[in-house]
This record gives sequence, structure tokens and C-alpha cells, in this order.
Amino acid sequence: MRMLDTLQQTHLRQTLAETTPAPALSRRDFLKSGAAAGLVVAVPLGWSGAALADPAGQPGVLAADAFIRVAPDDTVTIMIKHHEMGQGATTGLATIAADELDADWSRVVAEYAPSDPKLYANLAMGIQGTGGSTAMANSWEQMRKAGATARAMLVQAAADSWKVPAAEIRTANGVLTHASGKRARYGEMAGAAAQLTPPTNVPLKDPSQFTLIGKDRKGRLDSLAKSTGTATYTIDVKLPGLLTAVIARPPAFGARLKSFDASAARQVKGVTDVVQVPEGVAVVATGMWPALQGRKALKLDWDLAGVDARSSAQLFAEYRELAKRPGVPASKPEAAASAAAPAARSIEAVYEFPFLAHAAMEPMNCVAWLHDGRLETYSGHQLQTTDQMNAAKAAGLPPEKVTLHTLVSGGSFGRRANAEADFVVEAVHVAKAIGSRAPVRVQRTREDDMQAGYYRPLYVHGVRLDLDAQGLPAAWQHTIVGQSIVAGTPFAMMIKDGVDPTSVEGAAELPYAIPNHALTLHSTKVGLPVLWWRSVGSTHTAYVVETLIDEIAEAAGRDPVELRLALLKDRPRHVAALRLAADKAGWGQRKPAAGVARGVALHESFNTVVAQIVDVRLVDGQPKVERVVVGVDCGTAINPDVIRAQMEGGVGFALAAALYGAIDLEQGAARQSNFNDYQVLRMPAMPKVEVHIVPSAAAPTGVGEPGVPPLAPAVANALYRLTGQRVRSLPFARQSLSVAAQATT
Amino acid sequence: MITLKVNGQTREVDADPQTPLLWVLRDDLGLTGTKYGCGIAQCGACTVHLDGAPIRSCSFPVAAAAGKSVTTIEGLQSKAAKAVQKAWVALDVVQCGYCQSGQIMSAVALLEQKPKPSDADIDGAMAGNICRCATYQRIRAAIHAAAREA
Repeated sequence: MRMLDTLQQTHLRQTLAETTPAPALSRRDFLKSGAAAGLVVAVPLGWSGAALADPAGQPGVLAADAFIRVAPDDTVTIMIKHHEMGQGATTGLATIAADELDADWSRVVAEYAPSDPKLYANLAMGIQGTGGSTAMANSWEQMRKAGATARAMLVQAAADSWKVPAAEIRTANGVLTHASGKRARYGEMAGAAAQLTPPTNVPLKDPSQFTLIGKDRKGRLDSLAKSTGTATYTIDVKLPGLLTAVIARPPAFGARLKSFDASAARQVKGVTDVVQVPEGVAVVATGMWPALQGRKALKLDWDLAGVDARSSAQLFAEYRELAKRPGVPASKPEAAASAAAPAARSIEAVYEFPFLAHAAMEPMNCVAWLHDGRLETYSGHQLQTTDQMNAAKAAGLPPEKVTLHTLVSGGSFGRRANAEADFVVEAVHVAKAIGSRAPVRVQRTREDDMQAGYYRPLYVHGVRLDLDAQGLPAAWQHTIVGQSIVAGTPFAMMIKDGVDPTSVEGAAELPYAIPNHALTLHSTKVGLPVLWWRSVGSTHTAYVVETLIDEIAEAAGRDPVELRLALLKDRPRHVAALRLAADKAGWGQRKPAAGVARGVALHESFNTVVAQIVDVRLVDGQPKVERVVVGVDCGTAINPDVIRAQMEGGVGFALAAALYGAIDLEQGAARQSNFNDYQVLRMPAMPKVEVHIVPSAAAPTGVGEPGVPPLAPAVANALYRLTGQRVRSLPFARQSLSVAAQATT
Repeated sequence: MITLKVNGQTREVDADPQTPLLWVLRDDLGLTGTKYGCGIAQCGACTVHLDGAPIRSCSFPVAAAAGKSVTTIEGLQSKAAKAVQKAWVALDVVQCGYCQSGQIMSAVALLEQKPKPSDADIDGAMAGNICRCATYQRIRAAIHAAAREA
């Protein structure tokens, strides 16, 4: 095991030694609690941005720009504009800035930025928000410049003080030095540097000078807080007089409340209010248990007339019919007009993908506090700008009267990036409905979280592949059927020529040289809300494309890796990722153990290319994935260990959905409600994951999502070798699988 | 009033005896390191120790904990516990981190029972703790690392 660095060890020892039961905190304590227990990480609480905006209030502090603050005690605070949901953005952004700053990493702390799109917009989105695996890519230049600018100011301050040319001053590990023997810590020069005008166009490091970026080291900034139970999530927020609410929600999407009787609910000890809100009936109480007891005591009468009663099974049937005829053209580039050569043979395939829930560990929640003509919210705000607009509208306040406190969240996987901000808006509604009397946390139970919607849409794909006499593709005609994720939301402007790109990404343009490729789309309307789910369109498109490529390889009598390499034209990143994974897995060199089959898949999403090679065994009719070898090209690897973690996590998340994931719609409601009937991955099913990163000096691309798409098709391709069955419907648990007599393992 | 011993301290709470221990810890005693994940003992985010054994506090009535010793993530003190937390940090196990208090409580209970667990022991002891970020590979490595250290 790697040793902790000394400072981390010291802090860990102190923290572990000082761990005592935390008393209930007052608001004053709460406001100070960022520094509680001597943590290396300032526990992310979000409001410290206000202090940054007013550096004059902090004598001796250098605030070179909106991102970096150097304090007299040498602490370097880096403002994180992105939401931390586990993906490691906090550590990544801090690493970029700290490297250019030549900061002492052990003195780096992170704080979450306030909502301010002028300062903190995602440059890939134009609003403040996190998604599409863009955090590193959009911040790369920005955070480097921030670090370099702060460093230049510290250097100039030292030059002025020492009366030496700035060019002669060296910086490393938070210390300024000069050949004359002069030496100063950053904190000692912070006050003088703060008096200088920030320079523009500061040169950035040559990558060979990086000291943190690309180095293989541990040191996530949030590890300690999250390993000691001290990180503050929305469910942990403490405010004076804070109330807890749960909402009795419609029993089906589209149901309307006719009437309710709250008399028994109001009798429950601890229940303070029962109020009607647009989302249902909120039971407000002094704690979660009385709120739940109160909700149980409600008598509710619902009007089900508006419910879209189609079941998942009916939707699949409708979609299969639609998939037989072309929809709106969606391929890129548009299909060549030339007539296809006559096919020697064809493959016709229909694929089915169910609704999926995100099921993040922390069920959706938000704290809303209306006071003094203002609104404060505390939540895992992933899309700060749209959350702020939605919260303001719900409160009837102008957006500038709304202060967001962005906390770390217990996972999102797309769920918290909701332009409708459902979990924020309902909290504001409840806060208003109790007359702004107290701050209130609306907390969903697991059942609320799983049944109140926003699912990965249900999709059907229909594909006809024409193969020539060699078994190689001559034409690929593909139709996708499913709900649009962005239609009717503020992201609807993404729809071009009737095509929601999130429905088709990963299939609209193939990396393989395949003639006469044509994709069309039918966007359907169903009465339940849908949302992006970690890797979005690629959750289904990669499965279709990558299993069909294996079918082509079989038809052509070619090795699946070799055929992919042969079809990849002008795609050096795909080739590199695939070769790396194949080499490390021993593809074609070392045979897997008896009873184990190997499968491959390759997919680009969010500008990152990931190849996966899986070893699969069939145990009790179900795939047991034993090993996954990952090859990833994500440009410059900022934190290789964070990249490995995201690939490991992406594999596990994808495997859960491939094995078990399905939300079944029945009578307008999800049949599944909790982890007993919506199974997710558990320890015994986790494969051994080995991650190999393609060396690259290109700008970094994202890693939060791209580890997901290749896993399921790689497993399906291995399963074919075991069973002779082409699995075209997910999840695997609903398929009847058995080892084929002539299994080609 | 119900009298509990939590992290070595005697605490009196005025709660419905059927209240799950989880909500008493969080809402009455302010010990928010223990998390809510499912409410039906399926995910393990709420794992605490009762007289040293791991329990799912979301499904354990507070009255049944009266007179017994409850340990939460905030009260971990043992050598095994320190080794586990140190290994968690050294291996950067966490991602979103929400399940990790429960994971750590289960891991500590395992090591206190079985100082040198096998992979099968780890599967058995940890299968009740869900991590949606799928940090399982690192959890396994950290348990082995802590076992070497403790």
C-alpha cells in the first residue's frame, strides 16, 4: 500500500483521534463547520464563494481571480465550479490549477462555487452546470490560466520585494526562491501580490513541466471527509428550526389529486403541517419518521383519467411496429445516395431496451429556506443556473434573490441534471406552503425516488444489415424508436431537423467504414418523464452497433478485434484504445480458462474512446463477468487514478443495468420501488477491472460516462461464444441462457 | 424516554419506540454520518454496530437498542477501525461517498470478527452494502490492506 504523505497522515490521525459524537450544531457552528475537525478538505458547503467575491474583507489574501485564493497561512483555496457527485471533478480541477500555480498539494483545499454563470459557466454549455463528461475538458485552459496567473502575481510580488528580475525567481511546492538565497512561502507574498493588477496572457507550462498533472498518485480531496462520515450531503444539512417533509405523490404519472383528508396525519406526534403542493400532499414534521408516519395516515383520492395506461410491454409492441418503417433522417453524414450493391445475405435484428432508474444512493432531496425576501437552497445542484431559475420561479422571486448552496451529492448518474429541477422546485413549493415559517428539507424515500420518475427512456432499434459475398457490410439501415429526452425542456434547442441528438448519439455516425449507412429516428410521446442516464444515447446505441459488428465478424469469418481494426479508418484513437485493451487482455494470445468466453466492444462517447475486453462465465444461466480489461483514450490524463476509478465504476454501473436493470411501466406507474425489486450490482458480482490509459498529450476529455457503453455489448459478444445466442433484449436476467453444445470458447 | 448508549455516551431520547434507530441517530442526536438509502435493510448505507455486531439501523426499532451499545461512524475507535479508515483514504476508495460510512462499518465488523478475511469472507460480509459508484474493487483491496495493517 502506498504511504500517506506526512501531512495527510497527521490530519488523519488527528481526525480519527478526535472523532467524538457530534452534538447538534447551531447555525453559527454550521457556518463554521467547513473547518471542523481539522480536515484537509474544507467540507464542501458552498457559501464561501461570497467571501471570495469580497477579498477586501480578508487582509493578506490573494484572490487573483474567481478561482484561486492564497491565504497568509499558505492555504490555497480552489473554487470548484462543477458539481461533485463522485466523479472526481473536485480533485481534477484542483490538480490543474495547483500544477500551474506550483502549489503545495498538501495545502490545497477545495470549495464549491456559488451560482454565478458569469464567473462559473460550463464553457461547453453556456450555463453553470455539470454533465456530458465536460468538467475537465471545458475547464482545462481556464484552470491552467487561473493557476498561472496567481503564480505570476506571487512571483512579481517577490521580485518587487527582493528587487530582482521576476524571471530569476523559481517556484515549487508553494515556495518562491531566488539564487541569492531569498526564499518565501506563498502565504508570505499573498498580501503583496493581492495589491497587483492580475496580468493577462500569462504563459502556461510546457507539459514536460507538470508536477501533478498526469502523475500516478492517490489523494482525492474528498477521501478523508467521505471516509469519516463528515462530508455534508443535502440529507445532512442542519439549520435552525429545519423541518423535514415527505410528499404523498400520485400513484401513477398523470394522476391528479381530487381530495384528501389529513385529519389523522395531523394527529401524528411531530407532524407540523400538511399542505397541498403541485407535486401532491406534503407532510411536514420535526423529523423523517413522523413525516413518514403522517404520510401513511393520509387519506387521498386521485383522479386517474389523465393517466397514460400503456405498459412497457405495450410500448415495446408499438415501437417494434414503428421500427419497421423509417423515421426522420438522423445519420451523419447523410447516407450516400448511391444504390447499394445487391446483398449476398442480410441480418435483420430488433433490439429492446427497458426504462432504467438512476437509483443514486442518496435519494433526491433539497433544502429550501425562504426568509427576509430571499430564498436559499441547499442541494446537489448539478445544473446551478437552471436550478436557480426554476427555484426563483417557484418562489416568485427574481433569480438574484436566490442563493444556491451546492453540496456534494450521493451520486447522480444524470438524475440531478434535470432542467426542470423537480427536486428543487418541490422543496420551494413546500417552503412556500408553510408560509416561509422555517427551512424545510423535502426528502424522498427510496420508493419516491424510484417511482417519481425521470427514467432512461425505453427504446427499440430495428436494423437491417446487408452483407456482401465476403460477409462484409454493404449497407446498414437502422431505425431507433423512443422518447426524446430534451423535448419540452430548456434543452429542446438541441433538437435539429426533428432529431434529438441524445436519442441517436453513438449510432448516427459510425467509426467503422461501412457503406450506405442510414439511421432514422421515431420520437415517441409517453406520459412519463425521461432523462439522461450515465452515457445517455450510448447506453443503447453502443450495444446495437457493437454486437452487430461481432455478427459481421462471424459472417466474414474474421476475428472480432481484427475486423474492427480493419474497419476503423482514420480513427487512430479507436485503434490505440482497442489495441491496448487487446494486448493487455492477451486477446488471441492467451486462451481464457475452460468455461470462460471473451468478448470485446469499443465505443466513443463524449470525445473519449473506450475499449473493453471481458471474460465471462455462465453460472446458473446467468453471465458472471470475471475480468474486464479497459483501454481508454481521454487525452491528457490529469489524474490517472481518478480515470481508473471512473472506468471501474462505469463498468460496475453498466453491468448492473445489463444484468438486472429494468423499470416496468404498468398502469402509468413503475412496478419496481426499491433495491429488492430493482437490483443493482453488489460486491460478489463485481469483476476484476484493469484499466490502461493510452498516452496522450491532447487536451483532456471526459471520463465520468465513457466507461459505461462498451460493457454490455462486450458481455453479449462473450455470451454468444458461450451460448450461441444473440441477446437482443436487456437485461440478461430476463433471458433464458444455456451453454451451447459447440460453445466456441 | 429511551436510554441509549451511543459512541460511549449515554443519551436519552424522547421518541416513538418504533422509530428506526437510524432516524433517532440522525434527527434526534445529530449523528448524520450514518446514511439513509432504502429504509428496508437492502442497501446497508445505515449500518451501525450494536454491541459490536453490524445492524441495519433503518429497520431496527430504537426501543430494541435500549440498554445496548451503539457505535456509529463518528464513534469508531478500535485498531481495526483506524486501519480500515486509513486504508480507505490511502486507496482513494470513495467516489460519491454516500454509502461509505455503511461500507466502513461492515468492513470494521468483519475485521473484528475475522482479522484475515478471504475474498469469499469479504463477499459474504459486504454483499449487503450497495455502492452505486461500484467502488467494490477498491473496497475489497482496502479491506485486505487494513487486514495487513491491523
